[in-house]
Amino acid sequence: MSDRSTIADAFADGPAFIPYLAAGDPSYEASLEYVEALDRGGADIIELGLPFSEPIAEGPTIQEAIVRALEGGMTPERFFEFVEDLEVEASLVCMTYYNLIYQYGTGEEGPRPFVERAAAVGIEGFVVPDLPAEEADPLRAACDEFGLDLIFIVAPTTRGERLERMMDRVSGYVYVQARLGTTGARDDVSDQTGATLERLAGYDVPKAVGFGIKTGDHAERIVAAGADGIIVGSALIDIVADGHASGAAVEETAAALETRARELVDGAARGAAADGNVPEPEQP
Amino acid sequence: MTDPTQTTKPGRTDRPDGSFGRFGGQYVPEALMPALEELEDAYGRYVLENEDGFMDEFRARLADFGGRPIPLQRADRLSERYDREVYLKREDLLHGGAHKLNNALGQVLLAKYMGKERIIAETGAGQHGTATAMAAAHLDMPCEIYMGRTDVNRQRPNVFRMRINGADVNPVDAGRGTLKEAISETMRDWSRTVEHTHYVIGSIVGPHPFPAMVRDFHAVISEEAREQCLDRLGDLPDAVVACAGGGSNTMGAFHHFIPDEDVSLLAVEAGGSSLEVDEAAGVAPNSATLSTGDEGVLHGARTTLLQDSHGQIMESHSVSAGLDYAGVGPELAHLVETGRVTPVNVGDRVALEGFHRLSTEEGIIPALETAHAFGYLHEVCAEDGAIDDDPLGETIVVNVSGRGDKDLETVIEKTAEMGLEAAPDMSVFDGGLR
Ligand SMILES: Cc1ncc(COP(=O)(O)O)c(C=O)c1O
Repeated sequence: MSDRSTIADAFADGPAFIPYLAAGDPSYEASLEYVEALDRGGADIIELGLPFSEPIAEGPTIQEAIVRALEGGMTPERFFEFVEDLEVEASLVCMTYYNLIYQYGTGEEGPRPFVERAAAVGIEGFVVPDLPAEEADPLRAACDEFGLDLIFIVAPTTRGERLERMMDRVSGYVYVQARLGTTGARDDVSDQTGATLERLAGYDVPKAVGFGIKTGDHAERIVAAGADGIIVGSALIDIVADGHASGAAVEETAAALETRARELVDGAARGAAADGNVPEPEQP
Repeated sequence: MTDPTQTTKPGRTDRPDGSFGRFGGQYVPEALMPALEELEDAYGRYVLENEDGFMDEFRARLADFGGRPIPLQRADRLSERYDREVYLKREDLLHGGAHKLNNALGQVLLAKYMGKERIIAETGAGQHGTATAMAAAHLDMPCEIYMGRTDVNRQRPNVFRMRINGADVNPVDAGRGTLKEAISETMRDWSRTVEHTHYVIGSIVGPHPFPAMVRDFHAVISEEAREQCLDRLGDLPDAVVACAGGGSNTMGAFHHFIPDEDVSLLAVEAGGSSLEVDEAAGVAPNSATLSTGDEGVLHGARTTLLQDSHGQIMESHSVSAGLDYAGVGPELAHLVETGRVTPVNVGDRVALEGFHRLSTEEGIIPALETAHAFGYLHEVCAEDGAIDDDPLGETIVVNVSGRGDKDLETVIEKTAEMGLEAAPDMSVFDGGLR
């Protein structure tokens, strides 16, 4: 583990807020606005999804976002243009599936051409949900060459040797999957999170928790439980989807995203202040 | 030439790390990796080493519940028509009506040995779902099946069979609603429930150890067929022909013949309505992955795929739900690359003609998947030409992977649509069918 980009800095002062959106959902222009709104709302790192046709790790919310983005014409090349067009302060991480990384370029050079192009447009790291540590060496090597981070997902089922193998290869932060299953916003906070954070306590790498976080209250409890950052995807995409379905103006949806971002940032800050005292859930 | 009387070692082409040449691997979400490790361990102990007599119990149940051994039958009228010796490996006679039970029974039994409490599976044609539902009922395990909406509609008899065996059937609405979407959705279920659930994958696809394990459960097909050829003919066949979707009946029928280099192995894919691809729409009007696809990563494995130039997976098409898939097993991709297996394909129309030919001439109604193998057989053998030059030779074994009861509605509809001449006229029954 070493620091290869500015990503680790995002955890330096207080818990990091890491929103996820599918790039190009529901259109290129609107999506630019949405990502920038999250940046204004306090994002430290933004995970930008490059949509893949077969997203086996995603629940219905993100699957639908991916369909909208693909129908809107998103491709790997458009994605890189999208990143170039973005004006944000947050660090950018690309979240996609391995086949798109692998197919970029001639196919014979492996993941290298994709990483080279990503680095050129300012992407600082990758999350690849269908690439376990065992298959990751070619991508890790390309990331090392271009100074990018490779973030791994630690599941509630990850233990022992496999955890070691992952920790040998991870950089930037680890993505702690809060619960078993696919992505999707939930109304509760999983108690699997605490156990996973405990297993990771000895490793000197920031721990960001995702899968199911929806409200400031969730963010607070997860940070109080020891997370260094929170990753929020489906709850934000629900806002994008609602705006799209109701025909709301782009600015209106962007404002709603910014508001939710602030709520999550504030919640995370409260959790950090609680310093290990996990608050009771608010009564609805 | 290899000595046909010498018992060959099974033609394993997988390496200890689960790869087949440059194909295979484990490209799955992290949450599933421990389950794959656990499965690898169980596969090694129970299947490869027969720990606790697992394989003995499997073989015994395949005999009593499944009806093995399965006959190798001479197809008299096809042999006469083509002036060759055509033999049928009658997997359609296996309980459930397709080869699928070999694997489904093996995996459900393995899940029991592993202490799992619940079974999930995807299905395309509904044959694997049916076989899994039957095996789960037989071994008293709760079972849930995922099936694309398009396939639910075109393979309704199998939906009913699964339900009647007590399985829940969950239609999948994503994409075109076929096998690809059903596999993705089953993987999602598994990543939620992995601690107590086993995913009975239905072909030689997916992450290691599935491709090797599913092949081993189906290898009984070629083990028997090879013996039967030696007993009956005193010799090995010149060719073995099997249809290929994911490739499980294919590898089952080929496995023990792989070391017999003089035996040609032909995998018949679905040519659909055309081999031309509509790149802009992301649609391939066929499922001829081995003939037209290229390398990529899908559903846990590096293999041959139908994909666009960006790496997005294409929507495949075939009249047969079981062949309608944009990927193929990594072992088959490897064997095609090394030249040991020859990929060929026939379109919907030729397959339907093959369906009717086998039905009227041999009294066997084949699955539409299987019908592709007979369509290909006809394309090669009906031509006058020197047998020496063609890929099939004198003695041919065709794997009859399944029976066609599930396909009757589709067949009647498509036959009328295409105006096939060789087919019986069903129009007098119009109105009674729906
Ligand atoms: C009768 C039959 N044959 C063949 C297939 C194709 O599968 P595979 O290529 O794995 O044998 C199916 C799949 O549903 C089937 O039902």
